[in-house]
Amino acid sequence: MFNIAFTGEFTAFFVFSAIMICGAVLMISLDKVVHMVISMAAVFLGLAGMFVLLEAEFVAFVQVLIYAGAVSILMIFGIMMTKHHAGETEPAKPIHQSLAAIAALSLFGVLFYAIRTTTFPEPAVFQQSEDNTMAIGELLYTGYVIPFELLSVLLTVAFIGAIVLAKKEAD
Amino acid sequence: MLPSYLTMAAILFCIGLYGALVKRNAVVVLLSLELMLNAVNLNLIAFSKYGVVPSLTGQIFSLFTITVAAAEAAIGVAILIALFRMRGTVNVDEFDKMRR
Repeated sequence: MFNIAFTGEFTAFFVFSAIMICGAVLMISLDKVVHMVISMAAVFLGLAGMFVLLEAEFVAFVQVLIYAGAVSILMIFGIMMTKHHAGETEPAKPIHQSLAAIAALSLFGVLFYAIRTTTFPEPAVFQQSEDNTMAIGELLYTGYVIPFELLSVLLTVAFIGAIVLAKKEAD
Repeated sequence: MLPSYLTMAAILFCIGLYGALVKRNAVVVLLSLELMLNAVNLNLIAFSKYGVVPSLTGQIFSLFTITVAAAEAAIGVAILIALFRMRGTVNVDEFDKMRR
């Protein structure tokens, strides 16, 4: 079950997963909110590296641009607009905290058991096209035009809504 | 390699779930939600390479998820700023107006 060949992919996977778990655990345990956002940026970058390992270069770059760039900056703006030196003041109630920990751990137990007991069939041989970005672009404009257009409408509506919500009330 | 990626995604999802349940600052709760969405993205892309029928569909789905997550983050921060103006706090425990 745990016989692992130390290939290049495994080494890179190990490094990226170490970065991501460190970032996520730091996000949970740090005190200041700004530090939490910075450690989340490490998680996002590690995930982008993992996408490169999975031969999804375009999604990896989108991940860096959208998550490590835009979402992190947006969260920092959110902190600046609300409380400058915000931190977790008083910790959550211990019973609440331990219940949440039990819930998360048992969910992980179920997922881990399911993953370990399933036998995954060997994947069919799939020739990745040479230009990942071009293949995705062609698919987006042929097979997935309608979801793509719906999504652009959704994005426009969301941004207009965000501006209206965050605007100061006119007096 | 597929089980390793799935386990990694499960770890990330559970850390995100714990953060969303325990943290009091609403910005951190939003961040934990982003972490959970990212775990889903990792699953989608892992299956797009190692699934039974590998294809680009998983990558396209994950692009859609990223877009929806970006919209969610923008709306979430906007709602937070509006709530902060009204109540003067970002502590999720104090947003209990509908319970009273």
